[in-house]
Amino acid sequence: MIFLDHLINGLSLGSIYAIIALGYTMVYGIAKMLNFAHGDVIMIGAYIAFCGLQYWGIPPVLAILLAMVFCTLLGVTIEGFAYRPLRQATSLAVLITAIGMSYLLQNIALMIWGANPKSFPTTFINGSNIRIGQLNISSATLITIVANIVIMVTLTLFTSKAKLGKAMRCVSEDRGAAELMGINVNRTISLTFAIGSALAAVAGVLLCSSYPILQPTTGSMPGIKAFTAAVFGGIGSIPGAMLGGILLGVIEIFGKAYISTELGDAIVFAVLIIVLLVKPAGLLGKPMREKV
Amino acid sequence: MSEEKKLPLLKVRDIHVYYGAIHAIKGISLEVNEGEIVTLIGANGAGKSTTLNTIAGLLKPRQGGIAFAGMPVEGTGASKMVYKGLSLCPEGRRIFQQMTVRENLEMGAFSRPNEETEKSMEQVYEFFPRLKEREKQIAGTLSGGEQQMLAMGRALMSKPRLMMLDEPSMGLAPILVEQIFEIIRDMNAAGTTILLVEQNAQMALSVANRAYVMETGRITMEGDADDLMHDDNVRKAYLGS
Ligand SMILES: Nc1ncnc2c1ncn2[C@@H]1O[C@H](COP(=O)(O)OP(=O)(O)OP(=O)(O)O)[C@@H](O)[C@H]1O
Ligand SMILES: [Mg+2]
Repeated sequence: MIFLDHLINGLSLGSIYAIIALGYTMVYGIAKMLNFAHGDVIMIGAYIAFCGLQYWGIPPVLAILLAMVFCTLLGVTIEGFAYRPLRQATSLAVLITAIGMSYLLQNIALMIWGANPKSFPTTFINGSNIRIGQLNISSATLITIVANIVIMVTLTLFTSKAKLGKAMRCVSEDRGAAELMGINVNRTISLTFAIGSALAAVAGVLLCSSYPILQPTTGSMPGIKAFTAAVFGGIGSIPGAMLGGILLGVIEIFGKAYISTELGDAIVFAVLIIVLLVKPAGLLGKPMREKV
Repeated sequence: MSEEKKLPLLKVRDIHVYYGAIHAIKGISLEVNEGEIVTLIGANGAGKSTTLNTIAGLLKPRQGGIAFAGMPVEGTGASKMVYKGLSLCPEGRRIFQQMTVRENLEMGAFSRPNEETEKSMEQVYEFFPRLKEREKQIAGTLSGGEQQMLAMGRALMSKPRLMMLDEPSMGLAPILVEQIFEIIRDMNAAGTTILLVEQNAQMALSVANRAYVMETGRITMEGDADDLMHDDNVRKAYLGS
């Protein structure tokens, strides 16, 4: 039973990583950049939801929606002002800008909400536990896993069926050819940031519901882990981000439970390195083939 | 009406294009009239692709003008040019390798209303029956010839008034080259004006009405395709005889 408990916890944590990893992987796949500020968008989303619940007393669903809308606008703004002017710049310049953006968001959060950790109100989501036999699953865990599945299915359908979703895949493969089809590349990249950032808000609320300490650095570690998950699964691949995130969560929880609490994170990265040695493109990453 | 008919569909006037400090196009002027097949030939590095990419809006001329259907379009941007009725089938095909044949064609119709897609696809399949057989295949696994057909079919999906083709015969076996040129002639007969860039000058001149010859960023000769085919200089430089 303890094993199953760990597994459920791992799936839950992994689902959060997966949702964050989706943002990383979509932005990487389509805008060809590592948006290191992504983790901090999560933190901002959590703060917005926190304010909604704690100070403004709005219902949980509205608080989450508010956080999603705010983060969507934030993501699109960051892309438009900070990243778009660097479209032709070297990837190093873009990377440094993203790191700068990450600190900017953390400092803004520090200014507005202070350095003292806030305790995220979790009662709204932790109403009752669900019992399956001897298993005791918290509703936060359940909601997290279900949200992950819903997001995964929706995104997969969107990119495989919707016109704009297919346009995203075109931009990801060949920006110039996409333009020749009439696809507006800037708008497609904006859309990608919008989706990724809205998901970041969801991830922020889910994260703080399970680990209710909120401070300006809250997004950093999950951000880095989720980035790792995206690489693990094959960066650029949506199912890869899902698989990578979930495996990472499960490995982390099992590593901490059965090997060493202190070394939990190190174990995660050790597994990542081994996987990349065997499959350099990640678990589901496709090495690009070109035919002339 | 008759006034409008005299206007060329495409008019390029003295454009200069740079890659950073490299002056790749040094003042090119050319015209394509509605219904024509015009070819642009020249040696490697002459600037043929650069010219087409500039007309398509992928590159901006630093100087000079481009008019399409009577409207100035220089600096319009490639994604908007498609909506104006201009389509480029680029050098190296650049099909979406990870998408299926069908998806590639659908994306070709991105600029058109969704209801049209099915019908346009049927028309494309008439030109390229091979593509229909391979509808569900991932484009990256097609043979080189099939990929070229897909690139042309995809360009056709936007129902262009002017289709520009950049070296459609590149890397294809002679029999396939014949076939591709046959289709170019058919597409033209069906009402699409064509601007064709080719290494295969013999084939290009045989299919075209008029031709321009390019050398290092400039146009050095222009005229009737038949005349150029029998011109001594052209024969020596591009036809190997
Ligand atoms: N992206 C680029 N950056 C710098 N220079 C370029 C670039 N693309 C092309 N050039 C240069 O511009 C000139 C014209 O190139 P272009 O590709 O237009 O020639 P082309 O006539 O199409 O040749 P080919 O028949 O080999 O396709 C060449 O000297 C080439 O080196
Ligand atoms: Mg070329």
